[in-house]
Amino acid sequence: MSPARKRRVRLVVALSAAVILASALIYTSFSAASPTVTPSQLVREGIAGRTYQLTGKVKSGSVRHVGDTLYFSVQDRAGEASVPLSYTGTVPDPFREGREVIVNVEKQGDSYVGERNSLITKCPSKYTATPSKTKTY
Amino acid sequence: MSVLVAMLTLMLLAAVMAVVSRPLLVARKPDESDTPKRSELEAEREAKYREIRDAELDYRTGKLSQEDYEAVNGALRAEAVEILNKLESSEADEVTKDDRTSEEDRGAEEDRATDPAK
Amino acid sequence: MSQLGGACLILALGVCVYGIGASIYGVRTGQTQWSESGRRSVYALAGILTVAFAVLELAFLRNDFSFNTVADTSSTTTPTFYKAAAVWSSQEGSLLLWAWLLSLWSTLVLFLTRKRMRDVSAYATAILLGFGGFFIALMVFYANPFGTTDPAPAEGVGLDPLLRHPSMMIHPPMLYSGYTLCIVPLAFGMGALLARKVDAEWIKATRRFAMAAWLFLGIGIMLGARWSYSELGWGGYWGWDAVENASLMPWLTATAFIHSLMIQEKRGMLKVWNVSLVLATGTLAIMGTFLVRSGILSSIHAFGGQTLGVPFVILIGVLILSSIYLVSSRRDMLRSEHRLDSLLSRESIFLANNIVLVGLCFVIFWGTYFPLISEALTGHEASVGPPWFDRYTVPLALILVLLSGIGPVIAWRRATFANARRNFVIPLSFALATLAVLLAAGVADSKPFALAMFCCAAFVLGSVGQEYWRGVRVRRAIAGEPAPLALMALVKRNRRRYGGYVVHIGIAVLFVGVAASSSFQHASELSLSPGQSTKVGAYTVRYVRPTASVTPKYDPVHTGSTLSLGAVLDVTKQGKHVTTLTPAEDFYDSGEPAQGSVAHLIGGQPVSQVGIDGGIKRDIWSAIAPNIDTPRLKRIIEIGNKTIPLVRPDEGMIAVAVMAREYMRSPPPAEFHLIVSPLVMWIWIGGAIVACGALIALWPAPSAVRARVSVRARSRAARRLARA
Repeated sequence: MSPARKRRVRLVVALSAAVILASALIYTSFSAASPTVTPSQLVREGIAGRTYQLTGKVKSGSVRHVGDTLYFSVQDRAGEASVPLSYTGTVPDPFREGREVIVNVEKQGDSYVGERNSLITKCPSKYTATPSKTKTY
Repeated sequence: MSVLVAMLTLMLLAAVMAVVSRPLLVARKPDESDTPKRSELEAEREAKYREIRDAELDYRTGKLSQEDYEAVNGALRAEAVEILNKLESSEADEVTKDDRTSEEDRGAEEDRATDPAK
Repeated sequence: MSQLGGACLILALGVCVYGIGASIYGVRTGQTQWSESGRRSVYALAGILTVAFAVLELAFLRNDFSFNTVADTSSTTTPTFYKAAAVWSSQEGSLLLWAWLLSLWSTLVLFLTRKRMRDVSAYATAILLGFGGFFIALMVFYANPFGTTDPAPAEGVGLDPLLRHPSMMIHPPMLYSGYTLCIVPLAFGMGALLARKVDAEWIKATRRFAMAAWLFLGIGIMLGARWSYSELGWGGYWGWDAVENASLMPWLTATAFIHSLMIQEKRGMLKVWNVSLVLATGTLAIMGTFLVRSGILSSIHAFGGQTLGVPFVILIGVLILSSIYLVSSRRDMLRSEHRLDSLLSRESIFLANNIVLVGLCFVIFWGTYFPLISEALTGHEASVGPPWFDRYTVPLALILVLLSGIGPVIAWRRATFANARRNFVIPLSFALATLAVLLAAGVADSKPFALAMFCCAAFVLGSVGQEYWRGVRVRRAIAGEPAPLALMALVKRNRRRYGGYVVHIGIAVLFVGVAASSSFQHASELSLSPGQSTKVGAYTVRYVRPTASVTPKYDPVHTGSTLSLGAVLDVTKQGKHVTTLTPAEDFYDSGEPAQGSVAHLIGGQPVSQVGIDGGIKRDIWSAIAPNIDTPRLKRIIEIGNKTIPLVRPDEGMIAVAVMAREYMRSPPPAEFHLIVSPLVMWIWIGGAIVACGALIALWPAPSAVRARVSVRARSRAARRLARA
């Protein structure tokens, strides 16, 4: 085989390998991904046995510690729909009522169980446009 | 706006204008010491010298056999000579350009070089 | 003074516009005095932005709360160090930092190349000023750091406690230096394409800055990981979070660029690769800057500022489109001068290395932006988690480490097969010996990837060690020096090669740390009462007693926490005392009087103080989440809220002290998170080795003297070479 031909063969092989790997990657990403939903979406469309990535605010007054389990509800950012869930695992420092959270949940029957260690609380916004709070003393 | 701030701003503005407009006002002799062609060739030359040294190091640390090294070395040195030739001819061009201005200088140099009293 | 700052920004914007015009006019008409003027406007820009930055810094240090950013992020009680660093904790301040750093690096690079590459640097000047102007315009029109409120508030909000950590303050400047340094090669790459001069000169000028960008970005990433591990309460150093990934991606393409640049230098090949890589690195750096402050992806860093999203998207779109246009319209001159001589050559190893790095970058890119991609393609937003990332990055990382061990052993152009085979003996035996030892020790039975990584790292060690050994031997044969001197001379005369080898060792060490600490970790999350103990891995951890301390609010040395509750943990192994850990949770003032006079004093966001015992062989990591919601403690707060007036915070602190005493007297069970991970320290050590290697490679060689050799001497040299 002439050098030019050899080079072309190499190129074709390499490109095909790249395409195959990329396709495998893309395919698995769609099947391994969990849909991101808000509480209202989850209530409407949640299917038992599936895992979802739930985003929203921690509902005020809903936080309870019972032994190792944390119970709280996630509420729509701008709305009333909320989803109660039970969670075990690491609770990030910034977690508190009113904070925005992301947590993976699985719908088991009628209740929602948080995936272990999947709770992320958004860092309080450093770059905020709201006016500063003044202290009164 | 306080007077202090206004003055500082004006000073800053003046400084900026001075810095930025200098090349437009002060006509400098165009710097011919580094024409684009020359600095490009010089960069190539440095890179080629480095390649020659790398090849030698490769050979001495046992990555190349003697014959492979000689082949590569020869090829690299030939490429280096090519670059040096190009550099020579580009400088020769410049030399003829400068001829008119520095002929006297070179004349003096040659006199000194051939002076038996040296 | 804020007006001075504001005036500086407007002036800076004007200088940018002028500089762009002057540079382009100068290069198109050949009137170099205009390009010169354009270059000097970059110098002027650096000066103006330095003044602006100084004005902002001074405002912070002087507690000038008329400045909105100062009032939002600082306070009289914030320690001085954090006041100085709070400048870049806000959107506006960080934009100013970015623009200032860009102007500094641009000044440096344009000064160093002032006598060369006239055309290329004129275009690069215009592009650099374009970026500077973009960020300054953002500040002038959207997020002004010099905005004021009149009358000025008496006190500021204070710096978020989570940020009151030294490495959290160094991490942004390091990262920004890395990002802005990536813009310099981008500008010169575009300039070279515009001027149609992608050649040896361009390589020489770009390489150093690309390496500096790589170094700073790498340090920024490492600092972020270290901070995450030792400050945040989750015990990990990398979570495949969108923002972490955003800084890793340009680092990967920069790594690929540095390597394949060598090939272009030697053989005139891979020109299209190189310009694409340098443009991609700059674009990814801008995307990283944008991601962190736009909140378009759900991530731990949700820096709001929705208004900034649109300008950035436009900028990124412009970058991508112009890059594609430039590369495709100049593809004639980007054609390779030579072809790959042989598959068994360092060139082909570098090419494989390129492919793996770009592949890694693609995987991370896909996973990071998947929520947007899936939304665009399917209408539903979905995201992938760490397991998906790990599945693809781990094998790629293995191949990368392996390649970094093969590369040093293969010669350029065409390696002799017999020689190559012989050169692999020692590295392979290192790897196989490691394999045998680990299998015999039963250490790595069910963890094939970790085992593979250890063997690959041993391979790298063997191959690089062999290189150094042989190099020293060569040097001694030539110069007869004793070994240590020979080593120094060897490295000094071949900085790039031997510095690069050190980097490879550092990377191998780093990955060993990563593999060990992720595959062989023992973790435990449980509730313990004083006196109880638990087993984590080979260690027994006993909750000895609680700790509590109260700090007056106005202590400027402290980070400002009011109450700190923790525990003393005694760690033993097989009965012998190993270490004592004191994790704690710091509580802060929330600044919201509505919570109640006592409740607000501890109602702010708590920060975990992690208790770590770091060692060469393993780290023991502990975090505590104490329970402050017991009935007794809640009662103290209630009574305090009712009886203590808001205007008497010192009396409120007495109530907090009562809480602390009560906590000590009858401590409730607390939640503990305990982790024993082997070889975590090797990650930081590996990172340090990488930085050292990069510095060695970056250091200018003493022989870089550009002497003007006379015509006669040059022809003498040529004849000598031809004869040799």
